[in-house]
Amino acid sequence: MEINFILNGKGVKVKTHPLRRLLDVLREDFDLSGVKEGCGEGECGACAVLVDGELALSCITPVGSVEGTSVVTIEGYRETAKYRALEEAFSATGAVQCGFCTPGFIIAAESLLSKTPRPTPNEIREAISGNLCRCTGYSGIVEGIKRASERGEGLW
Amino acid sequence: MKNKISSSVSRIDTPEKTGGKASYIADIKLEGMLHAKTLRSERARARIKAINCPNLPEGYFIIDRQDIPGKNSVKMLIDDQPFFADGIVNYIGEPILLAVGPEKETVNWIIENTEVEYEDILPIFSVDEAKDPAKPPIFQKNNIFAEYEIRKGNPEKAFEGSHRVFEKEYRTGYQEHIYLEPQGVIGTYDDGRVTVYGSMQCPYYVKTALIHGLGWNEDMIRVVQTTTGGAFGGKEDYPSIIAGHAVFAALKTNRPVRLVFDRAEDIQSTTKRHPSIIKIKTALDSKGTIIGMNVDITLDGGAYCGLSPVVLQRAMFVSTGAYNIPNVLVRGKVLATNNVPSGAFRGFGAPQAIFAIEMHLNSLAENLKMDPLDLKKKYLLKKGDPTVTGGKLREDVKMPRMISLLEDISGYRKKKASFHKKNARDLRGIGISLFLHGCAFTGSGERDKIKAKVKLRKEDDGKVSILVSNVDMGQGPQTTLRKIVSKILGIPFSQVLYDNPDTDRVPDSGPTVASRTVMIVGYLLSRAAEKLKTEGKTEVTEEYIQPPYIEWDQENFIGDAYPVYSWGANAVEVSIDPDTYEIKVESVWGVYDVGTPIDEQIVYGQIEGGISQGLGYATIEVMESREGGLMQRSMTDYIIASSVDFPGAEKRLIENYYDYGPFGAKCAGELPFVGVAPALAAAVQNAIGVPIEKLPVTPEYLLEAAEGGN
Repeated sequence: MEINFILNGKGVKVKTHPLRRLLDVLREDFDLSGVKEGCGEGECGACAVLVDGELALSCITPVGSVEGTSVVTIEGYRETAKYRALEEAFSATGAVQCGFCTPGFIIAAESLLSKTPRPTPNEIREAISGNLCRCTGYSGIVEGIKRASERGEGLW
Repeated sequence: MKNKISSSVSRIDTPEKTGGKASYIADIKLEGMLHAKTLRSERARARIKAINCPNLPEGYFIIDRQDIPGKNSVKMLIDDQPFFADGIVNYIGEPILLAVGPEKETVNWIIENTEVEYEDILPIFSVDEAKDPAKPPIFQKNNIFAEYEIRKGNPEKAFEGSHRVFEKEYRTGYQEHIYLEPQGVIGTYDDGRVTVYGSMQCPYYVKTALIHGLGWNEDMIRVVQTTTGGAFGGKEDYPSIIAGHAVFAALKTNRPVRLVFDRAEDIQSTTKRHPSIIKIKTALDSKGTIIGMNVDITLDGGAYCGLSPVVLQRAMFVSTGAYNIPNVLVRGKVLATNNVPSGAFRGFGAPQAIFAIEMHLNSLAENLKMDPLDLKKKYLLKKGDPTVTGGKLREDVKMPRMISLLEDISGYRKKKASFHKKNARDLRGIGISLFLHGCAFTGSGERDKIKAKVKLRKEDDGKVSILVSNVDMGQGPQTTLRKIVSKILGIPFSQVLYDNPDTDRVPDSGPTVASRTVMIVGYLLSRAAEKLKTEGKTEVTEEYIQPPYIEWDQENFIGDAYPVYSWGANAVEVSIDPDTYEIKVESVWGVYDVGTPIDEQIVYGQIEGGISQGLGYATIEVMESREGGLMQRSMTDYIIASSVDFPGAEKRLIENYYDYGPFGAKCAGELPFVGVAPALAAAVQNAIGVPIEKLPVTPEYLLEAAEGGN
């Protein structure tokens, strides 16, 4: 079946089984390897993408369900000023160690900041609780999102 | 005064990782690459009578033990583990063969439709059963992978002359690494050479394993580390097995072969932290003074030996914790069972031993009507004291200062007193742990076994390359090692190159384990940098020389078990739901001596991450084996901490210059994990008033303990 959607701002069509995981379509058909597979069952958030601006876990999203939507992966998001603010902040607060979970956290951060531009630390912790990190203990990530929200004046 | 090097810089790898540009093993695509999937044993212990594969579509292959050109054994301490089951399987998940081919779905179909006929052998599921002579042993005649004894003073005499003996038993469970990136490798075969790319800690361990598995000359084998998404010990020995698989498959198919695990397969088949049973007996005189101690450690090694003997050694060498206990007998053994093999995990045996000694002293203090901290301070190791192996502590031990700082920032004394008066509906507690961690390899291991070699090379454009085999798996050497070299050479950080290790390019500076990278490899690099600067050479190779003070007898375990120790003290405050016994961690504090931190933010990152893993180990990370099968098989069943489970920690570093570390640095990677579980357990013990003798501390265990206590 042919599925049409907007991927990182460009219209794309893909002929595939509608139940194929969006994760596999992004990684295999479009070479978007910034979308990571950590668990394959919607627990870790490493595969997070935005579908029409909402946080979605691509490992449990059938590609058929994104027909007609706009999908943004880290590869698209990293071209934005918001991303640059988050990258600067993550770097400053030591939010990144092994990095495998990081693109997913960036996507989760965008999802939060687009709705709550000045979140409290508790709101940040709540918002990223669907993303798992085994290295940092989360403090650096929470501080990083806070810093981006404070310094990214006018972005969110 | 703070050392200048400690000021944090931006980690060099942050931009490419954050933007999703870093290539982890699953992100690499090679021309003509095939996919591989492993057929695994469904039985804990059985003889394989027959294997029936479906008819293979064209272009698909089965790779099994007959495709191994060299020895079907993975080179480790004892070569008892085969690459592919050799007629017998010893644990659920043991690899039997691979299916390989172009389409993943078809490869999976082949595995699902391959039938194995088994003939069961009487299995051994626990360390108790491992001692049962009625069961045929798995390993040699007695199921003992390793058994050691260490003595200090005259323990027999101390016990004979004792007024009374205080005795307790402690148990700890499995822990699964859950590095976010599952295990994976790619094997290729070109022009008579094989190359393995993979997520790993120890490129030269993998290379050595391939030399044996292939029976080839080392010149024909190349190993390249790819950006590694966490490891924590889980990628110390295990990648050697799958590197063999991928290479054997590449040889047979003449194509690149990719073997990347999904999470369920990773959890089921890779190593775990050793479960332990530790019995401690303390001999007291009539005044309640400790005059002797017996510690008896038993570890479940699982089906194959792996690194178990060295894990046991580390557990034994810190079995009396941060204390100078006179007259000690430590016995340890690690036994074979038909469980998944246990292996390396941050702390490497020390967390189990430190949990046991800390909880033992907590209970002893209560028994003596003392505060645990006061009892512990009485026996604290200090400069010049003998360690449990009779080594001499040469460093300044800053623990008294660290403890008083911890008391201040945590409010320990005041809280302890107020929590003591609480009512039964308001269960709050605070606990403290004191601990140490031996830096780098045991005794003379760095000199006799590892023989690290590092190289610095001036490139044509004036940049300087770091050539070492140590990897960045998230812990930061891409940044810290560059800092050390650039600081000495007086060149900008960006002028120092350090690519992921490739055994064709880098000398063997040893494995990325035992918190040794900064202290050992970083020190060698600092010496190489000095020479590069002063001797005007374009290339300098520096080899490990043992610090002159180390004296170690590896046969009898006498002397300096480690070159030096890092030290720590944790406090944890909890509240407990009086109905459900759910534990809420309210606050965590930590004070550490890691020598000079090479980068404060990176060390704090190790601390925060270590605390999060340690609190998980102590509470929510439940993993059990029933009849050889793990009960938790996914990240839905096996829970690690999320951002809402635990609070961040308040942390402090106390400087303590070490002469044989770069800029005075000691070890920092494992230390922050080691003391967390006992501090949490001590807080729970304080809150509910019954001794905690088991990890993890689950609500079920607390209910049982509290009702038993009533």
